Amino acid sequence: MLSRTADNLYWMARYIERAENVARVLDVTYNMSLLPSDSSNEHDLWNAVLEIAGIRHIFDSTYPTINATNVIKHLVMDSHNPSSIYSTLRSARENARAVRVAMTVETWENMNTLWLEFGQYIKQDLTQSGLGEFCEWVKSRSHLFRGVCFGTMLRDDAFNFVRLGTFMERADNTARLLDVKYEVLIPQQAANDGAVDYYEWSAVLRSVSAFQAYQKVYSDAIDPVKVSELLVLRQDMPRSLHACYAEIMPILRQVAGARQTEAERLAGQTHATLHYGRMLDILKDGLHTFLDDFILANRRLGDEIQRSFLNATV
Amino acid sequence: MTQSAKQFFDEMQAYGGNVRAIYQAYQRWLANVPTQQLVAKRAEAEVLFRRVGITFNVYGEEDGAERLIPFDVIPRMISASEWAHLSTGAVQRVRALNLFLHDIYHDQEIIKAGIVPQNILTNSQYRPEMVGVDVPNKVYAHVAGIDLVRTSESQFYVLEDNLRTPSGVSYMLEDRKMMMRLFPDLFRQYPIAPVEHYPQVLLNNLRSVAQTGITDPTVVLMSPGAYNSAYFEHAFLAQQMGIELVEGQDLFVRNNAVYMRTTQGPKRVDVIYRRIDDDYLDPLVFKPDSMLGVPGLLSVYRNGGVTLANAVGTGVADDKATYIYVPEMIKFYLGETPILQNVPTYQLSKADDLAYVLAHLAELVVKEVQGSGGYGMLVGPTASHQEIEEFRLRIVSKPDNYIAQPTLALSTCPTLVDQGIAPRHVDLRPFVLSGKSVSVVPGGLSRVALKEGSLVVNSSQGGGTKDTWVLERDDIGQTASQHQDASQFINKEVVC
Repeated sequence: MLSRTADNLYWMARYIERAENVARVLDVTYNMSLLPSDSSNEHDLWNAVLEIAGIRHIFDSTYPTINATNVIKHLVMDSHNPSSIYSTLRSARENARAVRVAMTVETWENMNTLWLEFGQYIKQDLTQSGLGEFCEWVKSRSHLFRGVCFGTMLRDDAFNFVRLGTFMERADNTARLLDVKYEVLIPQQAANDGAVDYYEWSAVLRSVSAFQAYQKVYSDAIDPVKVSELLVLRQDMPRSLHACYAEIMPILRQVAGARQTEAERLAGQTHATLHYGRMLDILKDGLHTFLDDFILANRRLGDEIQRSFLNATV
Repeated sequence: MTQSAKQFFDEMQAYGGNVRAIYQAYQRWLANVPTQQLVAKRAEAEVLFRRVGITFNVYGEEDGAERLIPFDVIPRMISASEWAHLSTGAVQRVRALNLFLHDIYHDQEIIKAGIVPQNILTNSQYRPEMVGVDVPNKVYAHVAGIDLVRTSESQFYVLEDNLRTPSGVSYMLEDRKMMMRLFPDLFRQYPIAPVEHYPQVLLNNLRSVAQTGITDPTVVLMSPGAYNSAYFEHAFLAQQMGIELVEGQDLFVRNNAVYMRTTQGPKRVDVIYRRIDDDYLDPLVFKPDSMLGVPGLLSVYRNGGVTLANAVGTGVADDKATYIYVPEMIKFYLGETPILQNVPTYQLSKADDLAYVLAHLAELVVKEVQGSGGYGMLVGPTASHQEIEEFRLRIVSKPDNYIAQPTLALSTCPTLVDQGIAPRHVDLRPFVLSGKSVSVVPGGLSRVALKEGSLVVNSSQGGGTKDTWVLERDDIGQTASQHQDASQFINKEVVC
């Protein structure tokens, strides 16, 4: 398929996935903020949201203080923030519009309807009310997007690049979420005589729809190490790093055709650490180090995909 | 200059008398449908069009830059016999225009014969780059949009030939789909010729004009990109034909061939259905600052390494200055009598024309050849006796300076507007396709001027579109209406 078309499909899927993950983190954080706690917490809570999205510097250049209203405004409708839900959905739809030929009619109509419905939401002031409903809407639209692709698209390269975009983005987002939360919560735990903050950790799980899965897999009290294992190493947990790479591997094999690509080698290397790795070993060097390495490797793979498939030159 | 509605031929009611035969069943149906219901149907159509994204872009508008072209729910009908006349006429015209284009870039026989003047070679649309270039099947205008207007029961005129990158066919297809969805019952009553096979005919034609020796040609549609006003149509047609929609940046030239960049490496392209003007095709030959084109494309094209549809340089044949010679071209190349007529244009440099015009000044519009802004112009129907006589003297003293045309009374068609259903002026653009043969799908784009009295149907000027129903049989109007009468009778019985 055309490299430009593949590029548009890949980024359309990445942007949808990014919007969903931003909505997930916002939703859970907002619910956390409703719990009774001292006011100093508000700053930490919403700062974590900015760290996960990796946009602290953009935020700081626009807003004087970190609080719920500013962060929500910045992450939902700020057109200057490339990671805001507004920007990501608009980019997703722009990418879709450029390649509507490569999609099924249903996929395109779904993307177009999403944008038209979003137009209704941005008229409301979501910092005051309706944020929960809005986040639910983003999530369900993203579910619908994947469903309509899965249910209607021919299993060709177009489908492959859409899926590739979804899992590349998701792997990055899950890794960032865990990295930021782990760094904030583990020192707090130490200061608190090792008591695990049940609400904080269950919020982490909920933000990746893993709360029930945790109960089912471990039938145990919430333990940060097990949460990490679930989100990093468990292949049967659909938003885990391992699950993402288990999807990415065969896709890269297929789109490469007869070629041997550097992208496939890089992905294989990362996949091996997730497939054969143990939590015990990961914790020896620290989860933070591991996740940092992972985020870097994932970014390098993204660059390689871009180079060998999406910006293919003569 | 205002004229009452009765002076215009109406597609449904002729001159206000009896409803025309083909419209009788529809008219009866329409009389029983409350206007609010039509308004609701139109609203439904708008929602659906917006969801599918059938929009056109308006240049220079930031937000809400995507607009819908207004869609009218009342169809424009063309009888089987009318269509036979129009379609053979349009095909005849395009055959002659293709022969003209081949001639003008080769032996120029028509100039030697003194039919078309030598100065056509200095027309800005004439492309010297095309001289001596042979195109497959000698087809230049693979897709032609022939704009027709009607002024009476039997009189149609060709307003212009569009031979460069004519657009609008997606509305022919989407308006039909919409009408079938909104009013399925009407389609059971009327034998409406289907148009859905247009993309297949187009694709077959495009495949047939690949260079000889290529058995399974790769055809692509080249668009200026998502910000072009007709992008929806480009995407729509590429999708319907199952071909890649490419932009200039996706193509490159190597070893006298055109390739597209794919995820699997370069792939050879054989036929490019381009929806981008000549000027932007190749920055090495035309506009050097064009970002839309492909450097080197024209050189490959001239060497026969790729086919472009439409060919480069077709603009010389649809130019206003060339238009007046088309009937002569038909006689010259085909030895046939033109089936469709041009809007008569009297060149007062010719003695016969001068005599006619002087005898009919009260009916005609006389214009100075170099005139503009309404100066030196006579509008016969509204001018006083004294004005006409003064103008007569000016014409006689310098006849070469003037041309004359009749004031065209475009037909109207019932249209749903704010005040209810009212007559609005329409035109018609059928799409003529040339490949191995020349054909036209039974239908076209009917544009309607939504403003009362307006004769401007362009979408940029507030024009809308209507579905065009070409009927497969003409007798059906009556038979269908009898069925309709019977069912209405039954309905009334139930209500009473």
